[in-house]
Amino acid sequence: MIALSDYLLFGAVLFMISLAGIFLNRKNLIIILMCIELLLLAVNTNLVAFSHYLNDVQGEIFVFFILTVAAAEAAIGLAILVLVFRHRKHITVDDLDQLKG
Amino acid sequence: MSTLHTILTVLLVAPLIGSIIAGLFGRQIGRKGAHSVTIAAVALSTVLAAWVFALFVIQGHEPYNASLYTWMISDGIKFEIGYLIDSLSATMMLVVTFVSLMVHIYTIGYMDHDADYPPENPYYQRFFSYISLFTFSMLSLVMANNFLQLFFGWEAVGLVSYLLIGFYMKRESAIQANLKAFLVNRVGDFGFVLGIAIVVMYFGTLDYQTFFNGLDAHKDDVIDFGWGPVSMITAATLLLFVGAMGKSAQMPLHVWLPESMEGPTPISALIHAATMVTAGIFMVARLSPAYELSEVALSVVLLVGAITAFMMGLLGIVQNDIKRVVAYSTLSQLGYMTAALGVSAYAAGMFHVITHAFFKALLFLAAGSVIIAMHHDQDIRNMGGLKKYMPITYWTMLIGSLALIGFPGFSGFFSKDSIIMATEASEQFGAGFAHLLLVAGVFVTAFYTFRMFFLVFHAPESEYVRTHDIHESPKVVTVPLILLSIPAVLVGWPMIGPILSGSYFADSIFVLPEHDVLREIYEHHFHGALNMVIHGLFTLPVWLSFAGVALAWYMYIKNPALPARVQQACPVCYRILENGYGFDRFNEIVFVNGSRKLGEFFWKVIDQTIIDGWMVNGTANLVAVAARNWRQLQTGYLYHYAFVMIFGTLILLLWALW
Repeated sequence: MIALSDYLLFGAVLFMISLAGIFLNRKNLIIILMCIELLLLAVNTNLVAFSHYLNDVQGEIFVFFILTVAAAEAAIGLAILVLVFRHRKHITVDDLDQLKG
Repeated sequence: MSTLHTILTVLLVAPLIGSIIAGLFGRQIGRKGAHSVTIAAVALSTVLAAWVFALFVIQGHEPYNASLYTWMISDGIKFEIGYLIDSLSATMMLVVTFVSLMVHIYTIGYMDHDADYPPENPYYQRFFSYISLFTFSMLSLVMANNFLQLFFGWEAVGLVSYLLIGFYMKRESAIQANLKAFLVNRVGDFGFVLGIAIVVMYFGTLDYQTFFNGLDAHKDDVIDFGWGPVSMITAATLLLFVGAMGKSAQMPLHVWLPESMEGPTPISALIHAATMVTAGIFMVARLSPAYELSEVALSVVLLVGAITAFMMGLLGIVQNDIKRVVAYSTLSQLGYMTAALGVSAYAAGMFHVITHAFFKALLFLAAGSVIIAMHHDQDIRNMGGLKKYMPITYWTMLIGSLALIGFPGFSGFFSKDSIIMATEASEQFGAGFAHLLLVAGVFVTAFYTFRMFFLVFHAPESEYVRTHDIHESPKVVTVPLILLSIPAVLVGWPMIGPILSGSYFADSIFVLPEHDVLREIYEHHFHGALNMVIHGLFTLPVWLSFAGVALAWYMYIKNPALPARVQQACPVCYRILENGYGFDRFNEIVFVNGSRKLGEFFWKVIDQTIIDGWMVNGTANLVAVAARNWRQLQTGYLYHYAFVMIFGTLILLLWALW
């Protein structure tokens, strides 16, 4: 039997890995997008685990919402990425510093 | 509104209307229109003032105290326009309007040609507008029944005086002179305003009558200025007297009056001799119930007056500008009037104001007539022997001079002698010293007056007089001279008795019984005007004035080389007199340079360094520096933003869970 704490631990590790991915990655924009997805999946893991533990189906329903939003977000993110690539011919994160005012 | 009220209002406002018409529509109505309308207005005022004089002084009507209009009420203090007409104001009104009328008529001749302005310039209309405005201001000052209106008139005459001194606005010296007059008067007015402020603070009123009624209740009040308690009445009266010192040109605030001679002669006669400068004397006389309560204030008034009378007279000796000689004699005579106030002889002071108004206006206008004849050359050394060319001016000026030196029988004799007797009889602190100065002043007055008179009319004809066509002035000039010389001779005779007995100003001037020196003179020494004249022939002041005339004759006619020798014998004395005791130099160094330095300090240090440098630009610089540094925080890198965002969320979370 896998205990609840294992799921939570798994979610936390996943979350931390994706955070680290966002902070440390200096090369590829796609990795940032992937890390964001992974963040959401880590949260989803927690939700599913608690849902099962508490016998409450609401948590699973919420996971579906999050997955839907994540899909939409991924679509938008990739679209932006494509535009950035077309514009700059590269997607190296280190060189993308246009967000300052 | 009663008939009297209507008449007073018309009397007051007529010159204002004349002034507005001449001032604003001068180009349309032309020269003739301007002088007709202003002279008509002032003549109307004069006739009405004569009627008011007859009613209040001759028939002895009850004092009339009424408000015309309430301007505003603030915290229970009423700001009103009103009239207080009694023997004092009725007399002043008649003097002001009469002298003003004479000056108006005279101006037609004097301002006819002017080298400073082209003929198409409406300077002529402007001048008439100003002198009418002055008449209005002076009337509102003397007719006032409250401090506010007094102050309004006070400032208004100051303003017109400023405008008229600088009338020749293209001359550097005229502009300097009017600026000086304005600034020196500001110093006096500052004291005046503070005095009024004390009155308002302690009495809660601006009205004279309420103020007088409250004097008894407040006479023991004290003010603590931080260096110990001072009697409130003394502080208020002294501050008000500072205002009078400014307006009536007492030392050390006299410096503006000689310079005011830069203005055209008619206004020197009207403003700087006959009327405006007496405003200070009038004010003190008007507030006599308050001054009576302060021995300190009276002594200060007495000493300031006596010192001014003597010291300024001495300066008249070394002046060579005909108008300046007369100006210094005005200063000296104002000193006599002030000294009279100081020994509680308010009536004698006012008497001298009245006689002086006539004979000094006469002297100035006669001097102006000489100046016209000399084609606007004012140096008495360039004149001489004018007697045979200008007989009317000669005789009128002789009358004015005799009145000024107090020749027995002339108006100046009665008023000046009563002042001198009053100082002799008084027991006020400093009265003995003041008496000495005033008696010595008589000699000085006679000397400088006849020095001028002999140099102008009797000395050998100068180069200028021989080579130019000198002739008597036109009728518009000589008629006012003749008209003015009548009161200059006669006005003393009927007035001296009532003045000394105190019945003349009984309803307006209040003197404590123990101060009443005039009454004492009246009871013990006065046996009718004629008797006074005869008795006067055997008294020291009259002999001193004869001696002054004789010395002037000896030094300037008999032995003309003597003055230069005297000057060589004591060059220091001459320099001191020439420089007017160094008042101008002192003011120049201390006040002018001082305020310049102060201004520079405020400009360079306070304004440029502290306010502009530190506060205004400093704020901007601080923001710029902060922005330059903090801008580094915004890198534009996604992962920095994400880090801050998540880190922030974490902190918020921790804070919430704590």
